[in-house]
Amino acid sequence: MSTSHTSSSGESHGSVASYVIGFVLAVILTVLSFAVVSTHSLSPTGTLGALSVLALVQVLVHLHYFLHMGGSSEQRWNNIAFVFTVSFVAILIVGTVFIMTNTAAHMMSR
Amino acid sequence: MAQNTTVQTDGHDEHHHESPVVFGFWVYLMTDCIIFGTLFAAFAVLRNQFNGGPTGHELFEFGGLGLETALLLVSSITYGFGMIAAHKAEVSKVIMWLGVTFLLGLGFVGLEVREFAHMIADGAGPDRSAFLSAFFTLVSTHGLHVTCGLIWIVTLIVQLMGTTEIPERMMNKLTCLSLFWHFLDIVWICVFTYVYLASMI
Repeated sequence: MSTSHTSSSGESHGSVASYVIGFVLAVILTVLSFAVVSTHSLSPTGTLGALSVLALVQVLVHLHYFLHMGGSSEQRWNNIAFVFTVSFVAILIVGTVFIMTNTAAHMMSR
Repeated sequence: MAQNTTVQTDGHDEHHHESPVVFGFWVYLMTDCIIFGTLFAAFAVLRNQFNGGPTGHELFEFGGLGLETALLLVSSITYGFGMIAAHKAEVSKVIMWLGVTFLLGLGFVGLEVREFAHMIADGAGPDRSAFLSAFFTLVSTHGLHVTCGLIWIVTLIVQLMGTTEIPERMMNKLTCLSLFWHFLDIVWICVFTYVYLASMI
């Protein structure tokens, strides 16, 4: 009884191993982010690009290993709500930056 | 008693199907995500409006930021270990891991409050420039969430004390807090990347 219980919980809620893998990946990505900025090895634009990629990958690592997001059917509505929110926030941020940059340019404040 | 525990571990596979409570909490987290989205958008617009005041380059330092990030990251995995113990119904281990998570989170909030106090004392408070207004609004909203998480952790520790098993209701509470805590860590990834590191390039 207890063995079947442990193995089933290992899949849906994460196991010690999956948490450790997620943690190690997160540490590596965080250290890389700090290193990219502190070593000044890339151009400013390149640094920002590298930071964005590292942050995106780390967010995905956290979603998978810590929040246990996945494609299983019981998570369908969680995923739909998530996709809606991400699209919403993307439109919000990109739209805001676009409009405000444009306004600033036309008002010659930069 | 033994009968009871068997029923409970068996029941575990049933609430394998996610509880509506947890889904409801997930939807709340999504709305919280939109709040942070608006604050990030405001910061993105105002990040260069220094009004002659200090820039991010002058204010932020690697040491404190690295320590805060490390504390939050480690607290994520300790909470995860707590959840694993909870699924095995090991109450004392759950309390222990929640306690460790609490201390790490407390360290994070402490460092953040200290950082804010230093900045305000140096004349770089939220009233100095639009950049600093946006910075304090965004980062302190995250800090406030972590503080709420800390209060929640203490509440659950108190509720768990003296019990020997974890009923489904308690499991739902632990799962919701788990989502909340890991969600805050994800927000922090965006904060240290776009607010701190991007200003230090």
